[in-house]
Amino acid sequence: MTVKDWFEQRKEMQIARRDKETQIDDSIGKLWVKCYNCNTQLLRKEVEENLEVCPKCGYHFRINARTRINQLFDEGTFEEMFSNITTADPLNFTDTESYKKRINQAKAKTNMNEAVIAGIGKIDGNEVSAAIMDFEFMGGSMGSVVGEKVTLAMEEALKRKIPMIAVTASGGARMQESILSLMQMAKTSCAVAKLNEAGLLYITVLTEPTFGGVTASFATLGDIIIAEQDARIGFAGRRVIEQTIRQSLPADFQTADYLMKFGQIDIISSRAELKSTIAKLISLHKK
Amino acid sequence: MTILEFEKPLYEIEEKIEELKKISESSGMDVSNQLETFEKQAMEYKKELYANLTPAQRIQIARHADRPTFLDYIKLITTDFIELHGDREGSDDRAIIGGIAKINGQSIVIIGTQKGKTTKENLIYNFGMPQPQGYRKALRLFYHANKFNLPIVTLIDTPGAYPGIKAEETGQGTAIAVNLKEMAKLNVPIIAIITGEGCSGGALGLAVADRVFMLEHSYYTVISPEGCASILWRDATKADIAAQALKITSEDLLELEIIDGIIKEPLGGAHCDYEMIGNGLKNTIIKALDELKNINSTQLREERYNKFRRMGVFCQ
Ligand SMILES: [Zn+2]
Repeated sequence: MTVKDWFEQRKEMQIARRDKETQIDDSIGKLWVKCYNCNTQLLRKEVEENLEVCPKCGYHFRINARTRINQLFDEGTFEEMFSNITTADPLNFTDTESYKKRINQAKAKTNMNEAVIAGIGKIDGNEVSAAIMDFEFMGGSMGSVVGEKVTLAMEEALKRKIPMIAVTASGGARMQESILSLMQMAKTSCAVAKLNEAGLLYITVLTEPTFGGVTASFATLGDIIIAEQDARIGFAGRRVIEQTIRQSLPADFQTADYLMKFGQIDIISSRAELKSTIAKLISLHKK
Repeated sequence: MTILEFEKPLYEIEEKIEELKKISESSGMDVSNQLETFEKQAMEYKKELYANLTPAQRIQIARHADRPTFLDYIKLITTDFIELHGDREGSDDRAIIGGIAKINGQSIVIIGTQKGKTTKENLIYNFGMPQPQGYRKALRLFYHANKFNLPIVTLIDTPGAYPGIKAEETGQGTAIAVNLKEMAKLNVPIIAIITGEGCSGGALGLAVADRVFMLEHSYYTVISPEGCASILWRDATKADIAAQALKITSEDLLELEIIDGIIKEPLGGAHCDYEMIGNGLKNTIIKALDELKNINSTQLREERYNKFRRMGVFCQ
């Protein structure tokens, strides 16, 4: 690292910190937060203890991958794998900012090195391979790294003959890697084909939000598809559809309840019940 | 024929040459020497023009109103085509057409996205934007091919899967995802060719194949340049810049090892010579079928898996 890099990095950290502060803009001071849904002032600690669900109205706030792992896995059992796989910039992509810079900003903002964490852990004593996405990292977009780590997690499930769990949160494929991102849809879906052929249970948990290339690949290929309460799930974004058909959409369009009504998902689970639901499904599939 | 903006200087030169010919005919003036020079110049200019197109200009060729459609290719490259309709669940999406046909005497299942050339046709074919039911019809035909051990050929020219209310309600994402997964399991050779627009998951949903080719001026991308520009640049008019950045041309994709080959187009684009592009397409398919026919199904599936498994660039 040169001294110039050091200053560049410090600047990015400062930007990221500012971003974080605007996010907690809804909060009143450090101890209080406000629910977007019911407008109630809540103690931050109380919300945390309630799995980041509003104690007043039950609205499920978006959570990051690490929080999800803490909630879902038996304490101390999750071991992260494949974290050595990190983002390249194969197309040398620049829009209004360079891809390299966007990646560095996302890293600083989230303390993650990509939009997914893969690993092995236990859910109520059941060993599973898992991939957990993080929307905070570039909108949970799927580029080469996400595709590779999801595929490796599936291959790990195959190796160990254990169930595979994918928790999705994504705006879709990552545009900055263009065609390479598109091909991650094929890669991950082909890996699901292998899980199918091996007869291994694959459960997907679609969380707020799951869209685009992730919806059109491994997210909707679960043997069991669970949507977390309050999640919005779709292929095309609401705005794109409105522009195409030139009419406004129902208010509950693309919500978990809406998808349930149209037969697109198996189960809607509250965050509180998610872990026990997955554990129960795993044990029900044991011979 | 529709003349594209960047083709206008060439068109004017060609018009002038025609005018000169007429003048010489009616006046008896001998201009054959000059004519030869002018025609040579025009040809040079034409070659130069089409050899140096920007990605955005090539997209215009890929979207050309007169570009051959799936049904044109059916006539150009196959015989005995019988269309097989419907998804057996209440729909026959016209944006995806499929059936059985013969190519060079070999029976194949051939499926493709269909665009129209007129507004009326485009309303029928929904501008080549399939509904989930189209992908499910394709899947049904994939299974048919698998059952009767027939190779599969898909021809793709779509601006993307349709973004609509019904499409979401009936699982657009799921329909595409299921095709990606199920294509991986098929025991028969699959050849996919991007003939025009290869936009996003809507194109990929027919393209998990053993061999993937592109027509020279077709493009294949994760998102349309317009869509990308409006999201990343927050300005849809930056589509030309996005097209450059996204690396969507056939040469780019060959270099990125996403496709196996490029099918050369006639000078000016596929619409300038249907016969020639038909022959190029046909020869490519026949050659690929020949390469794949002796590979047993286990190996075929394994190689298909590995082909897509390798895709992606990252640090380690
Ligand atoms: Zn609330």
